[in-house]
Amino acid sequence: MADRAFSVARLPGFTAIAGLVFVCLYLPILVLVVYSFNSGRSVASFEGLSLHWYADAWANDRVVDATLRSLTIAACAAVISTVLATMAALGTTRRRAFKGQTFIYVMINQPLMVPEIVTAVALLILFASVKVATGYQGLGYLILAHSAFCIPFAYLPIRARLEGMDLTLETAAADLYASPWHAFRRVTLPLLLPGIAAGMMLAFVTSLDDVVITLFVQSAGQDTLPTYMLGQIRRQITTETYAISTVLLGLTVVLLTLFFALTRKKS
Amino acid sequence: MSAREQRRIAAEARAGWLLSLPALLLLAVAASGPLLIMLVYSFLEPGQYGNVEWRFSWDGWFGTLFSRDIFDGTVQLADAHLTILWRSVKLALQTTLFTFVVGFPTAWFIATRPPRARAMWLFLITIPFWTNLLIRTVAINEIIRTEGLINKVLLGIGLRTTPLDMLYSDFAVFVGMTYVYLPLMVLPLFAAIDRFDMRLLEAGYDLYASRWKVLRRVILPIVRPGIVAGSILVFVPALGAYVTPRILGGGKNMMIGNFIELQFGQGRNWPLGAALSVILLVIVMAALLIYVRAANRGTSSHG
Repeated sequence: MADRAFSVARLPGFTAIAGLVFVCLYLPILVLVVYSFNSGRSVASFEGLSLHWYADAWANDRVVDATLRSLTIAACAAVISTVLATMAALGTTRRRAFKGQTFIYVMINQPLMVPEIVTAVALLILFASVKVATGYQGLGYLILAHSAFCIPFAYLPIRARLEGMDLTLETAAADLYASPWHAFRRVTLPLLLPGIAAGMMLAFVTSLDDVVITLFVQSAGQDTLPTYMLGQIRRQITTETYAISTVLLGLTVVLLTLFFALTRKKS
Repeated sequence: MSAREQRRIAAEARAGWLLSLPALLLLAVAASGPLLIMLVYSFLEPGQYGNVEWRFSWDGWFGTLFSRDIFDGTVQLADAHLTILWRSVKLALQTTLFTFVVGFPTAWFIATRPPRARAMWLFLITIPFWTNLLIRTVAINEIIRTEGLINKVLLGIGLRTTPLDMLYSDFAVFVGMTYVYLPLMVLPLFAAIDRFDMRLLEAGYDLYASRWKVLRRVILPIVRPGIVAGSILVFVPALGAYVTPRILGGGKNMMIGNFIELQFGQGRNWPLGAALSVILLVIVMAALLIYVRAANRGTSSHG
């Protein structure tokens, strides 16, 4: 086109494909959200606008139970994994490279590299024996499993934050006779806090989203929201599934917006 | 180096290890350690009601590829197993390829926006990435099912008189996996393109290269680490996919992840399930090794 300036970064068709990709990415989600307000039970056709299924899901004990269980597990896993990840990040950054550092790094990121189904099977095998041996059937197994696979998600943002912090302030604190613990609590920790909060949020979302590992580790009657939904879907997809999905989607968007607000570099 | 300095370095390394230890312990108990137990289980005999009998046996591994006729004991290749393995690899590769074909222009588009708009587009890619995989699979299911949007449009404009049956097929699984894993391809590609020096394009055009030639000879080689990273990030979860093939593939179009699950459910053959898991893990590790090699080569030739 003669009237448009020649731009080196423009490649023919790329903008069109990108536009199409964004439409395809959001259209299904949008349709799902719209259909969650459908008054009919079946998702086959749209019968009218209603909040009926949100109210129904809210009144369904199994949904409420699963929601509370999901939130409990996610909260515990987020706190545990973030504490451990913060310590590990402090141990592996801003110091002279030491022997075994690569090993620690690989170990921490290991849950990102192994397919979920493999971890799930391995945990099923281990916990099946432990359940028989100890007789304990509680939520502990799920919390343990979730805490472990959430570690890399908490670790990466904390490490990124630490690497952007220089040591001068801590050195200054030490020069002013602050004890190492005091310097950590009054200087390092406040500076690191946005990274820790960001890591905890990612860990929380990751735990909340998990289907496969939960499915293999859970004992009878320990459905989380995603495994409850999968069970429902297996029978029939109903408007209730869409309503729950929409709520979860909203929660994810809120948490992600917070995450971006926390990690955005101040200019 | 003075003795004192050496002691200081040793103390620092010790502190590094001590701080990392709790995380390592948890991962050893609930992530890495169980993988070793799984390996052991692949060499045991299946129990009658699930679990295992503690007797050594090759049957789990034998069963991954072969089956023994229950009447005359002849050994045959287990066609069903091979079909599932082949379908998994094929679908994972197709998904990787297609996410690249549409993901590259998308990443390029995002990376060439002005900073403010770029942050917005990036955020739009990130939201689906963090949205529950199950929800996204249900969403794509809604679009492609018989009474779904695509069929409504096709029937509405008269392109077809009967709805297309897309669900419960390899095609549905491919579409679903492309949809759910696309952000995993776009994000690393974006990171690579973002670092790309656009002045190289000017140089290319100044030397009379066509757009296609610039793309093939300048852009693609330089952003290769991003391509490799994106491909791995899509290939690994696609190969081990469970939720998407389960919902969109139905009972017949299983992938290896579903087949493994079956062994721990109705199949009651834990050693076979464990052996299949080990195979899946080995394929993934091989892919990661290729990635590490390629990434290292990329840095040494340009740095």
